[in-house]
Amino acid sequence: MIKHLFKEISRRPLGVVCLTILGILYICTIFSQFLAPYLPTDQDLNNAYHPPTRILMVDWRPHVQVYEQVDPSAARYEPVEGATVPVSFFASGAEYRLWGVIPADIRLFQVEETHRLYLLGSDGTGRDVFSRLLYGAQVSLSIGFIGICITMTLGFIVGGVAGYFGGRVDFAAMRMVEFIIAVPSLYLLIALRGALAEYFEPEQMYLVIVIILSLIGWAGAARIIRGMALSLRQRHFVLAAEVMGQSSFKILFKHFLPNLASYLLVAATLSIPAYILAEAALSFLGLGIQEPGTSWGLMLQQAQELKVFTLNLWWLLLPGAAIFVTVITFNVLGDVLRDIVDPRQQMVKR
Amino acid sequence: MSAFHLKVLIMHNTSNSYSSAMAGPETGRISISSSPEGIKPLLEVKNLKVYFPVHGGLLRRIRGYVHAVDDVSFNVSSGSTVGLVGESGSGKTTIGRCLVRLIRPTAGSIRYLGVETGSLSKKTFFPYRKKIQMIFQDPFNSLNPRMSVEQILGEPLSIHFPQMNIEQRRDRAAGLLRQVGLDPDHLRRYPHQFSGGQRQRIGIARALAVEPEFIICDEPVSALDVSVQATIINLLQDLQEELGLTYLFIAHDLAIVEHISNYVLVMNQGKIVEQASAEDIYRSPQHPYTIKLLEAVPRL
Repeated sequence: MIKHLFKEISRRPLGVVCLTILGILYICTIFSQFLAPYLPTDQDLNNAYHPPTRILMVDWRPHVQVYEQVDPSAARYEPVEGATVPVSFFASGAEYRLWGVIPADIRLFQVEETHRLYLLGSDGTGRDVFSRLLYGAQVSLSIGFIGICITMTLGFIVGGVAGYFGGRVDFAAMRMVEFIIAVPSLYLLIALRGALAEYFEPEQMYLVIVIILSLIGWAGAARIIRGMALSLRQRHFVLAAEVMGQSSFKILFKHFLPNLASYLLVAATLSIPAYILAEAALSFLGLGIQEPGTSWGLMLQQAQELKVFTLNLWWLLLPGAAIFVTVITFNVLGDVLRDIVDPRQQMVKR
Repeated sequence: MSAFHLKVLIMHNTSNSYSSAMAGPETGRISISSSPEGIKPLLEVKNLKVYFPVHGGLLRRIRGYVHAVDDVSFNVSSGSTVGLVGESGSGKTTIGRCLVRLIRPTAGSIRYLGVETGSLSKKTFFPYRKKIQMIFQDPFNSLNPRMSVEQILGEPLSIHFPQMNIEQRRDRAAGLLRQVGLDPDHLRRYPHQFSGGQRQRIGIARALAVEPEFIICDEPVSALDVSVQATIINLLQDLQEELGLTYLFIAHDLAIVEHISNYVLVMNQGKIVEQASAEDIYRSPQHPYTIKLLEAVPRL
């Protein structure tokens, strides 16, 4: 089925574009430690609100323009004429552990320590926005995936069991689902965050957010899966499995799951943006990822300062652009997948 | 006791000598009891009732009941084919599903080889799942589209022959395909790669996988082309001869039932209105409903 999906996606230009963008985003995220020239916590107070540095070609090798701070209060930097620093590729620098395991010290590009390379500018404490974007993506892009895995598992189990057994089980499960859906999710998010916060360290906030988002998210999926399970239950191949004495558990996993897989895939793709946005919202409100950690939502929160707008520090808004691109791409990919899986709902084509 | 409630013994031996029929006064048939004394029929259904509640109103209270199967009694003897005919909604499928416990009967008894199976728990009924199998009507619906033929045929094997390893299961599945007239090379294919008739053969192979004694054929050919119908019917007959199977053949087409069955039950609105040997039904139908059904059979 996966093979078939890839084949179908590769036939649609929109699908190819989305897959490519997401592929690049995720590869960058996975190798963020290698790609980022700095750690997300590397400060340089002399270079606060530094604009993106210019890259010049000197002797066919890329060099970084050296800047001089002219007005610290207005964060104005002027390029120093003729002064450049060469960019070194695949050089060793500060040590890090790739994926937290493999010790390494090689980075794709960096400059000597006396100067700073800001591809996308720096923030109020001189931290590299580009590096922070990459590290922040680790949180922002993975939270959707992990969240959706928990949600879909919960949704499938509750919805599948409710639809398959029906009767009182169904009644109880659906009332629970309705209760969760009835509570406005943002308030529930904040309330749960408040309730859970005392049991977790600030560093574990990532875990807390995943748990909260999954606890809220499964209800909608469960309701739809229950509806599909109700109709699947009447299919003759399910009856045949019952007649041969197959256990209910195995019927759920051997007969229901494969037939719901395409729906689950589409639903998962379409709801990943919700997780990314929810994490961003929580972090933006100061309830999510905490400093010194980083996520796109947290970076946006730091761009709230009036200074950013008055001094036109546009590079600090880039996390917003990153969220925008990711969310749009997931949504479009979800639409493409739905077209493939369920041609009846196809968008009108000209 | 009304005409429809009379217990009727149907005893056939494999030589197809038609046996007793005892029917009520309405059908006017005289009972000729020729069943050998002391031999129990394979399946005895007595006063079977299935009522479905009708919910209505704001609180979804039970407003009434649909009498899907209303006091039905019949017997099926080993090695025979009993046809069950009636129009759609007459309750014939419901009876079939009751026998394999897909539907719980409201009242009545179902005895398989003398054992009351209706009251058995899920666990104690399990051995009977190996003995009683079902072939479904719609071959496009009865095979899981996400499973290969090997998986479809392997499923019953893994349930009832857990000692088999993958190799043995594959061999057995290939053997089953051969038995129903399909190419064993088709094991890796998926249901959508087969025609309706071929799919129905896979459905039959799946039912045969657990070596059952009794197969309920729930309209096995009504979704198929006429030309394919005949080949499936012939296959079922060949398999019966080869494996000594007993069939309960459910259909709405009296012509097919008459062709394959030794004994025929005619159902209308949840009740059996007439039961007799296939020959008798065809030659001298008694009940007006049977006559109507016979008139509906297309003729050249």
